Amino acid sequence: MADAGTGRQAGQVRQTGDPTNANLDRRDFLKTCAVAPIAGVMLYVVRVAAGEGDQRGAAYKATDHDYGMAVDISKCIGCGRCAEACQIENDVPHEGGYCRTWVGRYVTTIDSETIVQTIDKPKPAVDEKTILRTFFAPKLCNHCAKPPCVQVCPVGATFITQDGVVLVDKEYCIGCRYCIQACPYGARYLDPRSKTADKCTFCYHRVTRGLVPACVEVCPAGARIFGELHDRASPLARYLRFSKLQVLKPHLNTEPKVYYANLDGEVR
Amino acid sequence: MTGYMYPNEIELQWSLLIVLYPYITGLVAGAFILASLERVFNVREVQPTYRLALLTALAFLLVAPLPLLAHLGHPGRSFEIFLTPNVRSAMAMFGFIYAWYLMVVLLLEIWFDYRQDLVEWSTKAKGLTRWFYRLMTLGATDVSPRALRFDATAGRIITIVGIPSAFLLHGYVGFIFGSVKANPWWNSVLIPVVFLFSAIVSGIAAVLLIYVASCRIRRVQVDMLCLDKLGSFLFYALTVDFSLEMLDFIHRLYAAEESIKILSAMVTSRLFISLVVLQVLLGTLLPLLVLAVISPAFERRAIVPVPPAWRRRIFVVAALLVQVGIFCTRWNVVIGGQLFSKSLRGLTVFKLQMYGLEGFWVSLALLLLPLAILVVLIRLLPPWTNGHAAPAPLNAEARLS
Repeated sequence: MADAGTGRQAGQVRQTGDPTNANLDRRDFLKTCAVAPIAGVMLYVVRVAAGEGDQRGAAYKATDHDYGMAVDISKCIGCGRCAEACQIENDVPHEGGYCRTWVGRYVTTIDSETIVQTIDKPKPAVDEKTILRTFFAPKLCNHCAKPPCVQVCPVGATFITQDGVVLVDKEYCIGCRYCIQACPYGARYLDPRSKTADKCTFCYHRVTRGLVPACVEVCPAGARIFGELHDRASPLARYLRFSKLQVLKPHLNTEPKVYYANLDGEVR
Repeated sequence: MTGYMYPNEIELQWSLLIVLYPYITGLVAGAFILASLERVFNVREVQPTYRLALLTALAFLLVAPLPLLAHLGHPGRSFEIFLTPNVRSAMAMFGFIYAWYLMVVLLLEIWFDYRQDLVEWSTKAKGLTRWFYRLMTLGATDVSPRALRFDATAGRIITIVGIPSAFLLHGYVGFIFGSVKANPWWNSVLIPVVFLFSAIVSGIAAVLLIYVASCRIRRVQVDMLCLDKLGSFLFYALTVDFSLEMLDFIHRLYAAEESIKILSAMVTSRLFISLVVLQVLLGTLLPLLVLAVISPAFERRAIVPVPPAWRRRIFVVAALLVQVGIFCTRWNVVIGGQLFSKSLRGLTVFKLQMYGLEGFWVSLALLLLPLAILVVLIRLLPPWTNGHAAPAPLNAEARLS
């Protein structure tokens, strides 16, 4: 960052004056002094915005991270691109209807009946005339701090990583499906190809390279915020600090790390 | 499918094989507890079924892990449960509880009970069987009164250890379901207790059926005193079992938690035949009524005296109904627990496959396999030549009259 700034400064000096002349034009000198730090800051902002944090290229240290996600119900437009991106990114066997993430479309009709549908790909809108109110609730593995799936796994094939992500070791899973039964959120399925349990990994292969999960990347509404839970400067920590939050099924004491803002009581 | 299911819930995870698992272990625990009661409380009347009950428990115990193994996505990795168990997992404990029960309780008890006979057979038998019996004695050929007294004491101690072990074996199976807090149909502290008493019910009914069948095959008269006692025991166990199930049912209805709506919808639609008709009406209430009337459950004499031949037939029908009822209990727990969405908004359907590992025919084979094993065990270790036991009870009718 600092190098970029000084590089540009040196270049500008050469263009604006005679290289043999040590006396810079006073106006040029002041201009350069003002531009160089701004350019440096701009470059930094662009890199952070692109999700290319400082760790890119550096050795990844799991203990330095604690990942979580926030979902803003009021922002989700129910386009289903998150579910679609997840299927492509993670090769989810969608023929059986399996999903690592999906969006629930909640429609309360004028008869006060709430109808829920799964949106796992872009779908047409419903007839507006019959709707009293409607909203969307994106769902995924909650990466609980006290995960029942990890507790019940007889061989320890599903586990919490040091950076707070719940994963399945496909080489170790015996396929008993107890974890699928134990998950209160329906987030797990048995992959029919590998005959092992499978679920959302927060796109672990991406996040350990400093990228965000595919669902977060493609969300056009910014309804999903991913990042560090315990870094006060992270966008996620800031969002959590300024939002009214709820988790799914809090009475089960699973301590989810997917937080919902503006959540409706209809969502379970 | 009606209402809303999470996308990953449409397919049922545990099917017929997992229904068999609690059903079979229940028979094991029940048969063993019946044998133990006879031994510990010295119930002379059911003595003809003592060894038969032990062998029945062994035959079913040998098959108990098979449905689990067949169900696994990777059966080849199942040994990891022993090698690297997750000690916080209820399921990981299965291997240890199973091994304890098989090795420490059942095999030891059978060995001490048969040791005197094994020594005798190892001298009388010829050819290969002679070697088999000789091997089975494990070199302990001392049949002096002192050694036999030791056998009896050891057997008694193992039985006393065995009763809580049998409770553990099946209570634990109930715990596997009861501890799943994500599932309101399973999540109940009563489930292990209900499983236990339903296990005792199914075990007594199974031993009754096997005893009557064995008498018929051997063309010997059924000891009606024994059958009446088994009928009375079945009535007592069924009463406790039904009371516990009703307690669970009433508690759920009265507490009426948020899941009550979907669970009520499930019971009155998807589970109506298997729960209301088969489990409660035909599998519990009808046998309860019949046993209350014809068995000497309340006094020495039955409320309605029925001639022995008919009483025997009615007992058999009642025991068969009880088996259907208990099988449906397992079905309703295992399958019922997966028919509704954890979003509490919808119900799915279970489609029974006929072929394949999870299919009907494999399950039927796994249910018949213990009976085949039992036949082999009975041939190797005849349970009715108990030379050193107390004299056979008097003819039932002679005693009653």
